[in-house]
Amino acid sequence: MQIARVIGDVVTTMKDENLSGIKLLVLQPLDPDGNAAGRTLVAVDAVGAGVGETVFFVRGKEASFPFHPTEVPTDAGIVGIVDHWHVER
Amino acid sequence: MAGPQDRPAGLKTEDGGLETELQLARVIGTVVATQKHQAFTGAKLLLVQPVGLDDTPRGTALLAVDSVGAGVHEKVLIVMEGRAAGEALGRKGAPVDAAIIGIVDSVDVQE
Repeated sequence: MQIARVIGDVVTTMKDENLSGIKLLVLQPLDPDGNAAGRTLVAVDAVGAGVGETVFFVRGKEASFPFHPTEVPTDAGIVGIVDHWHVER
Repeated sequence: MAGPQDRPAGLKTEDGGLETELQLARVIGTVVATQKHQAFTGAKLLLVQPVGLDDTPRGTALLAVDSVGAGVHEKVLIVMEGRAAGEALGRKGAPVDAAIIGIVDSVDVQE
């Protein structure tokens, strides 16, 4: 998983039927210091996240598991909202 | 029959990520999340920085569930593949892609 900030949402009308009713959010992955790290991406939301929140997301087919048995065609999914994190090096 | 869909999630990171599933890493932080998928209930979430054999950071830090009671500063072994991580968590079908599965006592490299 990775920590990311939700920076936007995506609206699609024509889409795979298994995506209907599922919220799509734009994520900016963060490094442990909270700085933007790497490319932005779109992820499905399984926890009710919103723009401006810090979340963690899973990559790969596991991103569709929260919607089981619906086979949601996704490779990234938000699975938690981060309250806070603490780094000690 | 194996196909691309069977490829571990750890191989799919496109942002210069790591290419193997089992990795040495250093625990560098803790994460608190109240609202999360039910599969994470009771699970400890740790920030880990993958490291090479010489302990230098390799690639980007990631979030892993802890199944062995690891703590900050410890060197650990992580899997970066969904099924293995789900098994480590003891929950099938859990939406996880990384887990700490061992605490490293020592690494002995002969060559």
